[in-house]
Amino acid sequence: MSAFETVIGLEVHLQLATRTKIFCGCPTLFGSSPNSQTCPVCLGLPGVLPVLNRRTLESGLKVALALNCRIQPALKFHRKNYFYPDLPKGFQISQYDLPLSFEGVLEVPAAAEAPAFAVRIHRAHLEEDAGKLVHKEGSRASLVDYNRAGIPLLEIVTEPDMRTPEEAYRCLQTLKHTLQYLDVSDCDMEKGSLRCDANISLRPAGAKELGVKTEIKNLNSFKHVRNALAYEIRRQQEALSSGGKVIQETRLWDDVKGVTLLMRSKEFAHDYRYFPEPDLVPFVLQSEEIQAVRRTLPELPPARTRRFMEQYGLSSYDAGRLTSEKQLADYFESAVQAGGVPKATANWIQGDLLAACRERNVEILDLKVPAAHLAQLVLLVEHQTVSSRMAKDLLKAMMKTGEAPEPLVKRLGMSQVTDSGTLQAAAQTVVQGNPKAVSDYRAGKRQAIKFLVGQLMARTKGQANPELAHRILESVLKEGA
Amino acid sequence: MAFEESEVRYVAALARLSLTDEEIHRFSTQLKQILSYVDKLNQLKTDDISPTSHGIPMQNVFRKDEVIPSLDVEKALSNAPAREGPFFLVPRVIEDA
Ligand SMILES: [Zn+2]
Repeated sequence: MSAFETVIGLEVHLQLATRTKIFCGCPTLFGSSPNSQTCPVCLGLPGVLPVLNRRTLESGLKVALALNCRIQPALKFHRKNYFYPDLPKGFQISQYDLPLSFEGVLEVPAAAEAPAFAVRIHRAHLEEDAGKLVHKEGSRASLVDYNRAGIPLLEIVTEPDMRTPEEAYRCLQTLKHTLQYLDVSDCDMEKGSLRCDANISLRPAGAKELGVKTEIKNLNSFKHVRNALAYEIRRQQEALSSGGKVIQETRLWDDVKGVTLLMRSKEFAHDYRYFPEPDLVPFVLQSEEIQAVRRTLPELPPARTRRFMEQYGLSSYDAGRLTSEKQLADYFESAVQAGGVPKATANWIQGDLLAACRERNVEILDLKVPAAHLAQLVLLVEHQTVSSRMAKDLLKAMMKTGEAPEPLVKRLGMSQVTDSGTLQAAAQTVVQGNPKAVSDYRAGKRQAIKFLVGQLMARTKGQANPELAHRILESVLKEGA
Repeated sequence: MAFEESEVRYVAALARLSLTDEEIHRFSTQLKQILSYVDKLNQLKTDDISPTSHGIPMQNVFRKDEVIPSLDVEKALSNAPAREGPFFLVPRVIEDA
């Protein structure tokens, strides 16, 4: 079956977070009552003029620059004509031959067992969203809410550079993480702020020409994208290996059944008769303006990874993992600024904290462990006030109560005994009380000391510093010999 | 410039216009005349003229991202041929698989 190569491209629609719609002053609040955010412009009433919201252009520009795109010096809008009840004007204002940006590239970092790769960005352009159709079960009518009509979107189209569903999944994750850095969208798939369609085709391994592709829609999460693509590979493989053909069509992912199904819609000619939008003048971007927006870009994951390696001495994997998500990287840096030792702080985040996030299905900021508390915990271990094993329990207590570790250590009587006088006395008692182990040790059974260390730990209720306990026992045993 | 009846049918279908055979024949003839008239523009030498999409020398017309109060729902729906509660009501469109 490996006689075929899979070719995948993605189309992402990103809702740009603005106060108002792209061509009118209607608000963009999510979840408002139906048709309460409309006006003559976004309802497509006669005689109205769309005017571009400056912020949408700036946000789009930010994304385009972060995706290393070339920027169109003079951009235009076009009308994309088709009839559908969610489109009040009978056309969508979009971009055609002069899109905002083109020819970019997204670097997807290495995963645990997979190398880094790059996905070229074909183009990213501005357009308006359509309204929302609500189909009534068993009714011959549909309901329309135009609150979403005219919401600003940035459509990002990749080149067909991915070869596996996993690569598509990782590309989407990296894209989302990059977008979150830019603060231009809430990237919430459930609210529809981030939507994805996938194009997939197979071709004989080694062939240059692309095979016939299908487009998959109704992908509500990145996991759906991965599953739908895996299903579609099997379906196309079966068709091609049995002498059949793949037909260019749009298919919908049915997550419950785990299959893609042919989308049956009213006959829909894919002839959009694009023509320039006469109501919007061209937009010319001066290079100074582009540079000004570029200066507002935050430090993005690739650069931040390099800095984390240099500044904090992290491995490339650790740095890559931490910087992939902005809030994780910010959390790490706040903890380090609060005094946390970088390496240990990184380990705590990637270990116990992220494990707790996965377990509870929450974000790191929801764990009730502010970065400053993590820094204190790291320092308590560093100064040997608590052992690393005790620290794990301490962290659990911190997540439960939201308290800082220091008062908790006192309250729970957790602090590690590092006072050698106390340990010396306890060691004497242990040695006197366990003659068998002592004589075994002195007879050359070095392993016997482990039992004695255990006894000493038990006497101090687990609060002895294990290394110190070991050293002190050794010296007590030596003295008595 | 040719404009065949088949093309008239195609454009009419895209525009959701239902035309009789007689109309299609008539429009085909008329559109041919119009297009051949406009076609005269192709005789002009335009090598030194940069493409324009607008007749007015204007660019970069923006608005600020500031909210302007929307229409009242009742007003928004007042032209709708059919409604249900706060929604516009349209003939059912099938999009499910
Ligand atoms: Zn509006």
